Amino acid sequence: MAKIRREKKDSNGKYRKERLDRGIKARSDTIFALTSYREALYLVVPRAVTIIGLLILPLVLDIWWTKVMIMACVIAILALSWDFIASAGMLSLGQALFFGAGGYLAGVLNYYWGLSPLYTIPIATIAGATVCTLLFLPVLRLRGIYFAMVTFAMPLILVRIIEATRIWGGIEGLSALTPLPNLWVSAYLVIAAVFACLFGFRRLMDSDYGLVLRGMMDNDQAVMAGGINIYWYKAQTLFIGSAAGAFIGAFMTHYYRIVGTSAFSIDYSILPVACTVVGGPGNFAGAMFGAFILVPLCEYLRAIGSWRIVLYSFLMVIFVVAVPEGIFNYLERKYHQFEHWVKTG
Amino acid sequence: MKDDSFLKITGLSKSFGGVEALSNVSFDLKQGESLGIIGPNGSGKTTLVNLITGFVKPDSGKVFFRGKEITGKRPYTIANLGIARTFQMAKAFHHLPAFKNIIIPLRSPRVKTFRGAQYGERDDIAIDLLEEVGFERDSAVPLKTAKSLPHGYLKRLELARCMALRADVIILDELFSGMSMSEVASTLPIIEKLKEEGKTVVMIEHRLRELFRVVNCLIVLNFGQKIAEGSPAEVMGSEAVKAAYLGSEE
Ligand SMILES: Nc1ncnc2c1ncn2[C@@H]1O[C@H](COP(=O)(O)OP(=O)(O)OP(=O)(O)O)[C@@H](O)[C@H]1O
Ligand SMILES: [Mg+2]
Repeated sequence: MAKIRREKKDSNGKYRKERLDRGIKARSDTIFALTSYREALYLVVPRAVTIIGLLILPLVLDIWWTKVMIMACVIAILALSWDFIASAGMLSLGQALFFGAGGYLAGVLNYYWGLSPLYTIPIATIAGATVCTLLFLPVLRLRGIYFAMVTFAMPLILVRIIEATRIWGGIEGLSALTPLPNLWVSAYLVIAAVFACLFGFRRLMDSDYGLVLRGMMDNDQAVMAGGINIYWYKAQTLFIGSAAGAFIGAFMTHYYRIVGTSAFSIDYSILPVACTVVGGPGNFAGAMFGAFILVPLCEYLRAIGSWRIVLYSFLMVIFVVAVPEGIFNYLERKYHQFEHWVKTG
Repeated sequence: MKDDSFLKITGLSKSFGGVEALSNVSFDLKQGESLGIIGPNGSGKTTLVNLITGFVKPDSGKVFFRGKEITGKRPYTIANLGIARTFQMAKAFHHLPAFKNIIIPLRSPRVKTFRGAQYGERDDIAIDLLEEVGFERDSAVPLKTAKSLPHGYLKRLELARCMALRADVIILDELFSGMSMSEVASTLPIIEKLKEEGKTVVMIEHRLRELFRVVNCLIVLNFGQKIAEGSPAEVMGSEAVKAAYLGSEE
């Protein structure tokens, strides 16, 4: 109440404080109707700052930090993929499977057939997504933690198979692969991919198609009662999500010029989840935001040696306890609460 | 399998662990007929609905729709064939606005076959349907998220989902429970109208007065068994039904 009645007076008359988004919110909670350039600006500025900021980053950063930024983009894409799959009600702990599948496919195509990255990356994206979706088909019926456990185990099993059969270079992996032309190409390729995922997923979730996915998160049975084949939709969601993961795995193969069993490392499964939790799940911007906080932090802490993991984990706990809704969601809420003075009298 | 029966079940049984939730229940419905199912709590009414609509697979027995066996088919397949149901415990999409709840069934393959003919934009159809079940059109109610709606609205949202599917058979599992008197009074005509349109209505209901305004035949379940069948007047006069209801209801 106190907030609403805040007023001030000066020679020109009475003023009171008003939230910036008042005009927009008052019309409807779900449907935006912009009436002034000011309101348009209010919505456009945060998006513009993100896009332009990220595009400028490779120009201003030194080589080391550019590499950190690339890593942040890589994890951001895995986090976006995780958030997308989660928004259809599937809890994946197996992002490493997508990453590794794309990575190995690109590596094999390049190493044994000599295909250039121009072909290996697109082929690995589609083929990797197909393989991952097929692997998950038998467990689509599982929900919650059961689904999560199976997805968590899958990349670990694949590592053991590669080690045991010594295929694809066994433990050493495939090396001396074709590199990407230069750091600029790599940087702008991942940035483009991050934007494609971020805006693509947001678009998709706002469509009627995304509505079905959000419905599955709420209640599988009600979706089925509505005549919708949930397994078909879940398979499609997995395909799209794992395509993003496989793409970035293939990218990393050429970026590092080597692919080994570390492509299935559980880091790639856990870190994206951590980023999404820290940034705030459910809106994709949070997942990306989380990656751009945690990854640079992690790299920066390398300097302090073995204490890194301790401090890193500690900071993560602080984030989660202090801002349980996610840092991005917190900032977004605060942004909408900005107030300005309007004349009343 | 050549007869005029529309929805027919034969010898349906289902146990959960040691509990026999339904044993050897059969009935036969013609198109446009309406059937009431009553019985004390835990007598297997919801289980019967789950078996017909594919949410639970029967241990034995068969379900036929339009002369074709649909036993054990998936829930969405059965919904697309034209059998829609409401849930006793309303299952809404809590994070979505009310009218978006209706968009989901409107995306089903069944509804797509109707589209183009006279169906327009999904959002408009959804708002129209919600108006039919009593969501005030020009208010904020259809735009509110489902979790902020009162229980009675959620039950009517369930009904709207069945109507969105344009189902031929509509199974209502205690639709009126949790509704206020005035909500019941305004929902009843909707069901009567569906009947007039030729829909086959199966209604599970504890409110007998409202039930008897809709249905022309009635079966009674007790401990998973069908203990009576016939017109409402016949059934309510039967000794077995009186015995089952004595002490177990109200
Ligand atoms: N999924 C299940 N797992 C185990 N037992 C179940 C399950 N569903 C139903 N039952 C049991 O089957 C019996 C019949 O339940 P059902 O829900 O069909 O009764 P009902 O007639 O709908 O009762 P009510 O009037 O309370 O809705 C009950 O004893 C119930 O405990
Ligand atoms: Mg019941």
